[in-house]
Amino acid sequence: MSTPLDDLFVKTRKENRAALIGFLPAGFPTQSGSISVLTAMVHGGCDAIEIGFPYSDPVMDGPIIQAASDQSLKQGTGAKEVFATVRAIAALAPTVVMTYWNPIERYGVKKFLDSMKENGGSGAVTPDLTIEESSQWIEETKKLDSNRIFVVAPSTSDERLKKVAEASTGFIYAASLMGVTGTRASVSTGAQTLVDRIRRVTDKPVAVGLGVSTPEQAHEVARYADGVIVGSAFIRLLQESKSEEEGINKVKDLAIALAQGMKRS
Amino acid sequence: MSAPVDSQILGHFGPYGGRFVPEALIAALDELTLAHETALNDPAFQKELADLHRTYTGRPSIITEAKRFAEHAGGARILLKREDLNHTGSHKINNVLGQALLTKRMGKKRIIAETGAGQHGVAAATAAALMGLECVVYMGEEDTKRQSLNVARMKLLGAEVVPVTQGSKTLKDAINEAMRDWVTNVETTHYLLGTVAGPHPFPTMVRDFHRIIGVEAREQCLDLVGRLPDAVLACVGGGSNAIGIFHPFIEDKNVRLIGLEAGGRGIESGLHAATITGGTPGVLHGTRSYVLQDENGQTLESHSISAGLDYPGVGPEHAYLHDIGRAEYRAITDDEAMYAFSLLSKTEGIIPAIETAHALAGAMQVGNELGSDAVLLINLSGRGDKDVQTAAAYFGIPL
Repeated sequence: MSTPLDDLFVKTRKENRAALIGFLPAGFPTQSGSISVLTAMVHGGCDAIEIGFPYSDPVMDGPIIQAASDQSLKQGTGAKEVFATVRAIAALAPTVVMTYWNPIERYGVKKFLDSMKENGGSGAVTPDLTIEESSQWIEETKKLDSNRIFVVAPSTSDERLKKVAEASTGFIYAASLMGVTGTRASVSTGAQTLVDRIRRVTDKPVAVGLGVSTPEQAHEVARYADGVIVGSAFIRLLQESKSEEEGINKVKDLAIALAQGMKRS
Repeated sequence: MSAPVDSQILGHFGPYGGRFVPEALIAALDELTLAHETALNDPAFQKELADLHRTYTGRPSIITEAKRFAEHAGGARILLKREDLNHTGSHKINNVLGQALLTKRMGKKRIIAETGAGQHGVAAATAAALMGLECVVYMGEEDTKRQSLNVARMKLLGAEVVPVTQGSKTLKDAINEAMRDWVTNVETTHYLLGTVAGPHPFPTMVRDFHRIIGVEAREQCLDLVGRLPDAVLACVGGGSNAIGIFHPFIEDKNVRLIGLEAGGRGIESGLHAATITGGTPGVLHGTRSYVLQDENGQTLESHSISAGLDYPGVGPEHAYLHDIGRAEYRAITDDEAMYAFSLLSKTEGIIPAIETAHALAGAMQVGNELGSDAVLLINLSGRGDKDVQTAAAYFGIPL
């Protein structure tokens, strides 16, 4: 059975465009505020949403997402709040959770996927779960038709790319560069090379993340990828705004501008 | 939680260990695994390391029998393995020299390291100076203030010290920041991790570099006493000095292996760093082991008077040895450790590191349990010069 996320990529491929995927940690800037911001992202043109499960030790994240996660954790964000956010947003657009592995393991793998399903989530992005450690995850996600989105990097060998691509469903998350999340002046040229290498081993959708922040960068990536993931750029707007309202308006404006670049023609 | 016990290729110890890291690091971890395995079987590497240990570290380290201290430990024979006499003052040098040699073999020119109290940072900076490598040490901002002397030592040795201002600003955040640096600079940089935690191959590799402690001590004990000890004791934070002395005794089923964790102000207070005694299985810093965590899987802050034991995780092999019953782990409170610290200083003229004092407090307990026929081997993992300020404050000695 296909998930809403699977259906999205069928649709965007028919329309010859890339999908815009917006990221925000649950509970940032506040629990209700995060739902308002994510709603604005969808209204602005995000085709899918990635909700971060804030974690105390996020080694894949740069300063912008770290600060947002810390703020969220200080307000007590946990699994309950994450799934409440999934429930609210999955009604508007295909939604996945981005989480480091320990919160899933602590909550219980099966219980996590049950909660995901109950709340309408399509699956999860797991940035520190290697395929070698994922046998239980693969087994349980298969049972519940939940997308398992693994991350690959420019340093991933061709042999591993094949294995990771086989294990992935929904899309394959291509990290555009060797580094952590954050805004960059330009998108690494390594991104297109990596996507080309993934295309050679699979026809599953590929989305590019890490360092994509401007409409120009997003348009460039949209030419060769199925999905463009933007996170830190949205969060920075919220961190720089004087009020929640101002932040939400800026987020929506950025989503509108980014979405215009998703068409390939 | 169903990892096969014998899948050493993935670095599993029962359900523990493994690799939970961003995909970007896999190539570097594979490269390191290969370099380590090749070096293990390469006589030239082994000779180079052995020569360094003889002419630079000061190995073999001696055994001191602590007869006056033994009177407070049920009259048991107390053998101290003197890792405190190594160059830089602790067992840490065994691992950094090994990894620095591997760094050169892999053709990398830069090492990064994390440090809590500063002992591993100083050791890493020392090895970098010796071998002409660039060295950056990540240290929690709180720790740079508490351990300003060690910050100065690292700088004198030519290392750059980066204060980490994220999260709780302590060791765990220094490790996070070192991993972020590594993800970014992995082509040119080796992450010289200081303990038997982290993703495979670190727990196995760091253990292998510290096994020399147990290999020497086993031989020395047989020479001195004519038999193996009844128990081997060591303090456990991440667990590197403990696994180093335990490992060569694992097949000696009659030798008890006892790890002493930092009980802080008592397990029930919640203010401790006794990860096995008071934690639960989970994933932290790339490995599955015991972790101090809350119900959402968020890492909790640890507490100990000893900065070197103040870590909310522990090496995966210790988790496994605990679960199969091969090793025992007990918690020693700050007060118990400081009593043993003072006692060894006054009865033997040896000021131990506060970390090590936890093992000594354990020896007093176990000696009293086993009585005067027992032989206890204790890893005296470090010297206490670095702890003079903390100890003076604790005992009310004006500086």
